[in-house]
Amino acid sequence: MTDKFISIEGIAKRYPGSGGATTTIFENLWLSMARGEFACVIGHSGCGKTTVLNILAGLDAPSEGAVIVDGQAISGTSLDRAVIFQSHALLPWRTVLGNVAYAVSSKWRSWDRAKVKTHTQTFIDLVGLTGSEHKRPSELSGGMKQRVGIARALSITPKMMLMDEPFSALDALTRGTLQDEVRRICLQTGQTAFMITHDVDEAIYLADKIFLMTNGPGAMLAEVVENPLPRDRARTDLHRHPLYYALRNHIIDFLVTRSKTFVAEQPDHDPRNVPTVHIGKPGLTIASGSEEQQRQIRTPGTNPGLSA
Amino acid sequence: MTSSLRLRAGLVSIALLAAFLGIWYLATRSTASVATMSPEYAKLMGLTATQGKSAMPGPLDVGAKLWEHLKRPFYDNGPNDKGLGIQLAYSIARVGTGYLMAVLVAIPLGFLIGMSPLLSRALDPFIQVLKPISPLAWMPLALYTIKDSSISAIFVIFICSIWPMLLNTVFGVASVRKEWINVARTLEVGTIRRAFTVILPAAAPTILTGMRISIGIAWLVIVAAEMLVGGTGIGYFVWNEWNNLSITNVIIAILLIGIVGMLLDQILARFTRMVTFPE
Ligand SMILES: Nc1ncnc2c1ncn2[C@@H]1O[C@H](COP(=O)(O)OP(=O)(O)OP(=O)(O)O)[C@@H](O)[C@H]1O
Ligand SMILES: [Mg+2]
Repeated sequence: MTDKFISIEGIAKRYPGSGGATTTIFENLWLSMARGEFACVIGHSGCGKTTVLNILAGLDAPSEGAVIVDGQAISGTSLDRAVIFQSHALLPWRTVLGNVAYAVSSKWRSWDRAKVKTHTQTFIDLVGLTGSEHKRPSELSGGMKQRVGIARALSITPKMMLMDEPFSALDALTRGTLQDEVRRICLQTGQTAFMITHDVDEAIYLADKIFLMTNGPGAMLAEVVENPLPRDRARTDLHRHPLYYALRNHIIDFLVTRSKTFVAEQPDHDPRNVPTVHIGKPGLTIASGSEEQQRQIRTPGTNPGLSA
Repeated sequence: MTSSLRLRAGLVSIALLAAFLGIWYLATRSTASVATMSPEYAKLMGLTATQGKSAMPGPLDVGAKLWEHLKRPFYDNGPNDKGLGIQLAYSIARVGTGYLMAVLVAIPLGFLIGMSPLLSRALDPFIQVLKPISPLAWMPLALYTIKDSSISAIFVIFICSIWPMLLNTVFGVASVRKEWINVARTLEVGTIRRAFTVILPAAAPTILTGMRISIGIAWLVIVAAEMLVGGTGIGYFVWNEWNNLSITNVIIAILLIGIVGMLLDQILARFTRMVTFPE
C-alpha cells in the first residue's frame, strides 16, 4: 500500500445543465490504487462510474483535479491502459480477428501480418472464440461480443486494465470462466485492474478492494472495503469463507439503503480520506484519515443501514 | 416464397408494359378520314392531314426507328447527324468528368469539415447559400469565364454533384460513433491512420449514399445543360430532334436517358452495398 500507482486527485465532472445551470456528476473525488491491485467499483446506475473510468483512461478530461499514473499526470489515452467498454465498441466492418488484430498492430507497428495473426489468435483462443474468427460482430451474441472486447484489451498486454461491466451480458458459466481467466492473467502479469460491476459476488471474487459509490448526482466515494478473503481464493468455495457473508451483506446493505442516505448521514465525510472498512476486524482499521475517521468504521451489524 | 413473389411481380410488370404499349398503339392508330385537298397543300400539311396519320408516333414506328439506331449507334455524318451511341458517350463523358472532379473535391473537403467543428461552423453559411442554387444558373457565368461550352457543361455537372456528396461526407464523418473513435484513441492510433481505419469505413455508407444522389442529379442536369450549350450530347440530340419535329427520335432519346440513368444508379447502389456493414 505504499506506492500509489494510480492516484485520482480531487477530480470533478460537471455538465452544462438546462438554463445555464451546471450538473455536477461528482466532485472532489479522491481514490488511489497500488500497483498490481484489483479494484472493483460498485454503485447504482448513473452515479458516474463510467465517467470515472473514462477519465482514468484519458478518454474524458475531468472538470477539475488530476489523475496521476506512475508518478505522472495523464494527459490522454495510452496503450498502457487498456479499456473494455461497456458497449463492446467493436468495429462492425471488421471480423473478430480483424478487431483484435487492429489493437495488436496498433501496439506493435513493425510486426508483419503473420506475427500479428499468431498473437491475435492466441487471445481469441483464450476467450474461447476459436472458430468464430471470421464472423462479424453482427453475427455474434452479446456475450461473444464482450469476449472479443476482452481479447482485444488483453492482447495489447497493458499495464492496467480498465473494465466497464465486462461480464454483464454473459451467462453464468461463461462469466465464471472469464472471471477466472481475467483473474489469472491479472495476477500473472501483475496487472493493475479497475473494474466496474453490478455483481457483488464478482467483486468479492476478483477485487482486492471495493470502492462503494453513493447515488448521483453529486455522487461520492463513500468507503473503500478491503477484501478479507485470501488472495488465492477459488470461485467455487468463496461462500465457505467465514467472512464471506459479512462482506456480502455489508455491500448489499450499502447498495440497498446507505447509498441513498450516506450523504445526509455523514455530513463530515472527508472525500480526501475515505474510510477503509475491514470486515470482521474493526480494531485494525487503517484509514488514511484522522483518528476521528478511523472510528467511523462500520462493521456489519452495527451500522444504521442494517437495522432498517 | 420470395421467388414466386418475384415471378408474379415480373409477370405483372410485363402485363403493365403490354397494356401501355397496347393503349399507345390504339391511341396513335391512323384514323380513316382522309381530307381531299390539292396536292400542293397536302404536301405542306404532311402525312397527318393526308393519310389521317397521328402526329404522335406509335410504338411500331418507335420500335423500327430504335432498331435502326441500335444497328448503327456510332455513325457520324457531321455536327447535326451523329449516332445515338456517340451522343450518349459525350454525355456520359461529361457527367463522368464533372462527377469525378466533384468526388475529388467533396470527399477530402467533407472529411476536413466533418472532423473540425470550427471549419464546419465557418463554412456552413456558404454551403447553405450555394447548395440551393440551380446548377443551370451557373451556366452564363461559366460560359463567360470559361468560354468553352463543353467545359462549361462539365463545370455545371461539377457544381450540381458536389453538394450531396459534400454534405453527406460531412454528416457521415461527424456522426461516426464516439465509441469507435474511443477505441482508436485508447490504442493511440494517429490521426491519419484513424481517418482511414475508423472514420472512412464508418462513414462510407453515408458517403456512398451522397455519391448516389449526386450521380442521379448529374444525369438529370446534363440533359438540360446540353440543350443550352448545344453541339453534342444526348440533351442536344433531344433538342435537335425536336427542331426536326422528329418525335420518334425524341421518344427514343427519352427512353435511353432513363435506361442510362438507371444503370448509373445501379452501379452506385452496388458500391454502397459493398461498403455497408450490418450493426
Ligand atoms: N454528455 C453528458 N451530458 C450530460 N450528462 C451526462 C453526459 N454523460 C453522462 N452524463 C450523466 O452522468 C451521469 C453518470 O454517467 P455514467 O455513464 O458515468 O454512469 P454509470 O455510473 O456508468 O451508470 P451505469 O451503471 O448505468 O453504466 C449520468 O447521470 C448521466 O446522465
Ligand atoms: Mg456505466
